[in-house]
Amino acid sequence: MADLENNGLPRESMGERIREVVKDFGIPRFIILGFLILLIVAAKVLGLSMPQLLGSILTRFGMNGILVLAMIPAIQSGTGPNFVLPLGITCGIVAMTLSIELDMTGLSAFLFSAGFGALLAGIAGYFYGVFQNKVKGQEMTVGTYVGFSVVSLMCIFWTLVPFKSPEMIWPYGGSGLRVTITLEKRFAGVLDNLFSFDVMGVTVPTGLLLFFALFCVLTWLYMRSKSGIAMMMVGSNPRFAESAGLNVNRLRVLGSVLSQMLAAVGIVVYAESYGFLQLYMGPLFMAFFAVASILIGGASLKRATVTHAVIGTFLFQSILVVSMPVANLVVADNLADVVRIIISNGIILYALTRKEAGVDVR
Amino acid sequence: MRDIQKEYFGNRVLKGVSIRVEPGKIYSIVGENGAGKSTLMNILFGMPVIHNTGGFSGEILMDGNPVRISSPQDAVDLGIGMVHQEFMLLPGFSIAENIKLNREITFPNMVSRLFGSRLQSLDIPAMRRDSRKALDRLGLSTLDEMLPVAGLPVGYMQFVEIAREIDKEKTKILVLDEPTAVLTESEAEVLLATMRRLAGEGISILFITHRLDEVLAVSEDITVLRDGEQVATLKTGEASVSRLAELMVGRKLEAVGCDACAPSPKGDKTLLKIEDLRVDMPGERVRGLDLDVYEGEILGVGGLAGHGKIGIANGVLGMYPAEGKLILDGKELPLNNALEALRSGMAFVSEDRRGVGLLLDESIETNMTVTAMQCQEKFLRRMGISLADGGAIRRHALKMIRDLDIRCTGPEQIVRRLSGGNQQKVCIAKAITLEPRLIFVSEPTRGIDVGAKKIVLDLLVRLNREMGVTVVITSSELAELRSICDRIAIIYNGKLEGVLPPDASDVDFGLLMAGEMSHSRKEAS
Repeated sequence: MADLENNGLPRESMGERIREVVKDFGIPRFIILGFLILLIVAAKVLGLSMPQLLGSILTRFGMNGILVLAMIPAIQSGTGPNFVLPLGITCGIVAMTLSIELDMTGLSAFLFSAGFGALLAGIAGYFYGVFQNKVKGQEMTVGTYVGFSVVSLMCIFWTLVPFKSPEMIWPYGGSGLRVTITLEKRFAGVLDNLFSFDVMGVTVPTGLLLFFALFCVLTWLYMRSKSGIAMMMVGSNPRFAESAGLNVNRLRVLGSVLSQMLAAVGIVVYAESYGFLQLYMGPLFMAFFAVASILIGGASLKRATVTHAVIGTFLFQSILVVSMPVANLVVADNLADVVRIIISNGIILYALTRKEAGVDVR
Repeated sequence: MRDIQKEYFGNRVLKGVSIRVEPGKIYSIVGENGAGKSTLMNILFGMPVIHNTGGFSGEILMDGNPVRISSPQDAVDLGIGMVHQEFMLLPGFSIAENIKLNREITFPNMVSRLFGSRLQSLDIPAMRRDSRKALDRLGLSTLDEMLPVAGLPVGYMQFVEIAREIDKEKTKILVLDEPTAVLTESEAEVLLATMRRLAGEGISILFITHRLDEVLAVSEDITVLRDGEQVATLKTGEASVSRLAELMVGRKLEAVGCDACAPSPKGDKTLLKIEDLRVDMPGERVRGLDLDVYEGEILGVGGLAGHGKIGIANGVLGMYPAEGKLILDGKELPLNNALEALRSGMAFVSEDRRGVGLLLDESIETNMTVTAMQCQEKFLRRMGISLADGGAIRRHALKMIRDLDIRCTGPEQIVRRLSGGNQQKVCIAKAITLEPRLIFVSEPTRGIDVGAKKIVLDLLVRLNREMGVTVVITSSELAELRSICDRIAIIYNGKLEGVLPPDASDVDFGLLMAGEMSHSRKEAS
């Protein structure tokens, strides 16, 4: 095997190797990482509390992680980053409002929301997947607009839904749910506070991180399974997959189902950690942040791994957490949100401009 | 045209070709696919593809003066009209509009006086008159010039293209690139008659084809190209169909063959029987093919491009919609079902290596094993769910890399970075991993260099001799088929034209490839 290592190829020089490493890591990631380091230095200089920042980073990392994992089945099955994420998110929110209406609390409310949300999202994902097979090549654009439409449609739903729980309807009565619902008495913090401990002033949300880790492992295992590999083949080259006897359309539908199910679980985890449930226009741009995260992590429009999701979520969320107080002290109040939008749209734009090979050209 | 040479990326496709076209004469250029006919015409017509790839050397003279043709517009201005192999017509427009496309007759109106001539109105009656005249010259007085092009029979579309060219007043030379390929026989005869009439009117015609009888019927001068070389230029009087066929095919490659060259373990048992196969593969349609594959043989499938040889394997392996009957080892196989085809012990190495054969951004080991994993449950470990068995995959990939001598940095290298020959070896390894009884290999040496060609062919022979795999190899390179096959089937017009032993004469191969057998059969009946 040793003689295989450099079979017929000249040994690479040191400089080339460094260039290769940089290329593999990706220029955008270098810029983002550099920016993050800059921010951290600035935060230190400005005398911000490091343990507090680190704690926030860990929390935001855990709460957004599963939403980013939801990108993996979509990208791997060849439909590109899942811009129609609000579909699954909405299903998760419906399940959560239902759990409140049913007066459930604690871990059981959380598990019910995640489970029932995933079920709804699976059904929605199936129908969207079937639809998606009719718009091949346009998945990202169509998905973005379907996502927007779903959010708007659900605005009507929220005003008409006959839920009666006083925590959800407007304080002055009438029909319709509030824009923001607090989960304080429900399941806020059930994961964050589980086995949580403090180390040198940093609060570690152990339960949250463990739950994210569990989903990472599940996703990783699935992607190594026969079905996951079939999905990768479909995404990587649909003609190759056909020649291997796979049903391309069915696997694309499966990718959509899994992605939406993860999205539903993801939003339940997000709400649990955040402590609030945001209805109406809340989910509108969530897809963009999740797409940006996985792309920052090194995924392309055709290939994504769990590692990409983990690295990407960490970098993206870290920048948000650190830039907020720094920007507030140095420039103006709202800059953090501007930074978030610039980074997320910028990285999506960058990914879209890169040439992607292996499109079905028939 | 004098001493034209052209290189594509260091690959010389034209090696000094000179032709002289006289006014009012029909000049034919014949040759196999890839002989350089189309390249020569692209140079004459100033197609951008020529200039984007470094131009050409040699000179073009018109009426004794050297001319520079750097764009199709230059060619049109010089009076060169081209009728392409693929139709360049706008289907939604009428015949008259197509004929007059970009040369519309216009008259000024109010808007155009203000904003310039681009906004002038179309003079439809004048355009109709001109189109009518052009169509009449072609003997199509019954065709209404206002019909939309979409829905016309292909033969008529061809005439519309020619009408467009002769309507240009300056046209002195008309280039017809395989105009009869899409025509029925009676349409082709009308076209040939039209060509003679046009020549009589003083237009020179450059006629490119591989139907040899047509060449002899209409042209005065004939040039035969082979591998970019001008092998002969003859007067029609000196030529015959068999002489042209022999010149066209030639012997291009000395026998590649296996070194030991034991006879293949060939039996008389039919392994696969193909009956009345029809495959709807664009550009390579199969139209009712009957073919038997014997167990243990290497069967070559040859023929000119576009006649359906590529469609056969794609149809059998379920890549394109197919009809007909397949009987493998006595059992009928369902068509249009890639999974069943693979499970029944067949494997396929696609002609489209990068488009179908490989996952370009995945590793060598992934490429080799995933197909077998999906349809034969290999390389899996069961732990509740079936997980990929990384160890088994790695062991298999290393063995294949060693056995097939794949030059790479290791099994994890992504296949996009491999050379064409090594990519082809990965494709073959993928097929071998399925442990097939019958392997279809399409165009295995397309786009790989000469040294790698021999290795790939040797590999196929080894597969046949050592593992007893029946091989069906489809190739445009006849010499390659003749060097390793036991029998060679020639496909013409989507059907089996004939089966020859590899040592049959060049003339026989040339005649089969040009479809002369079925032509003469038709005449006899």
